Amino acid sequence: MPRIKNVLREVAGLFVDDGTLALAITLWVALLWVIRRRFMGFAPGGAILFCGLAIILAENLIRLARRRSK
Amino acid sequence: MGTSWGHLGASIVASFTASLVECVEALTVVLAVGSSRGWRSALTGTASAIALLSLIILLGGRALTRVPLHIVQFIVGVLLVMFGLRWLRKAILRSAHLLPFHDEDAVFTKSVSTLNSVSGRSDAWDKVAFAASFNITMLEGAEVVFIVVAIGAGGTNTLLAAGLGAMVALLVVSTLGLMLHRPLTRIPENALKFVVGVLLSAFGTFWVGEGMDLEWPGADWCIPGLIAGYLAIGLMLVLICRRLSLTQRGSIGAGNAAD
Repeated sequence: MPRIKNVLREVAGLFVDDGTLALAITLWVALLWVIRRRFMGFAPGGAILFCGLAIILAENLIRLARRRSK
Repeated sequence: MGTSWGHLGASIVASFTASLVECVEALTVVLAVGSSRGWRSALTGTASAIALLSLIILLGGRALTRVPLHIVQFIVGVLLVMFGLRWLRKAILRSAHLLPFHDEDAVFTKSVSTLNSVSGRSDAWDKVAFAASFNITMLEGAEVVFIVVAIGAGGTNTLLAAGLGAMVALLVVSTLGLMLHRPLTRIPENALKFVVGVLLSAFGTFWVGEGMDLEWPGADWCIPGLIAGYLAIGLMLVLICRRLSLTQRGSIGAGNAAD
């Protein structure tokens, strides 16, 4: 069991370093997916997806930089 | 979806660069194992891990072809965005001096001293050496496999292009390792990780969009645009984080001086 836990932890560590970043990415993609499903006429372009991800990264880094340099 | 030369070229570059970083990290530990405990067990461990990974690719690749392409692209895309933005975030923090740099020399020295302190070495078969080189090759190799599968999620052509990039990276690092017999410390690892983060995030974003059937201007020619976008944002964030770090330290320094 501990070995399986270690393997799972290693696998999760490949994608999740900062939980808030991973959560924000997941929520943003889920939100766009819901919008796409619910309003079939409205197709959010890929540019909106990119802008959201860029904002998520910027917010995460600026928050972290402020906290680390205190 | 037709695959343009731009897409194939970007796939090869992204896969090569990402695999290069992973192979360099694995090489450092394999060299440490080989030089401290003997080459036979170290190389057998590495070869066994590569054989196991190849088997996983063969079995997993067949299973993946049965899943509808847009589902694969969506799931792989989300994972690739997480993976890529994690690399980019770390590289930005290192460039802004908010995280220490990865030092292959330090990793090598630490690995050698740890391995030397473990007993149980024998001329015939060294379990510790085998396990250490097997584990590091599996760990870094699994990342390479994910990168190849994720970048090649567009179909057979992109998968072959990504596989080619990874194979070339493995050959380059193995050849350099055999020639130099020491860690590749001159490779600018953080700059490479920054570039890899940009490339993987761009591919991930593209696959998520494809999986969700979002519209991309210029179809798959927008990948260079996404790469340019992430590169610009990454460089801008390095400057912002550096300035934030310096401003805060400056104000703390001024406060301490006033005290």
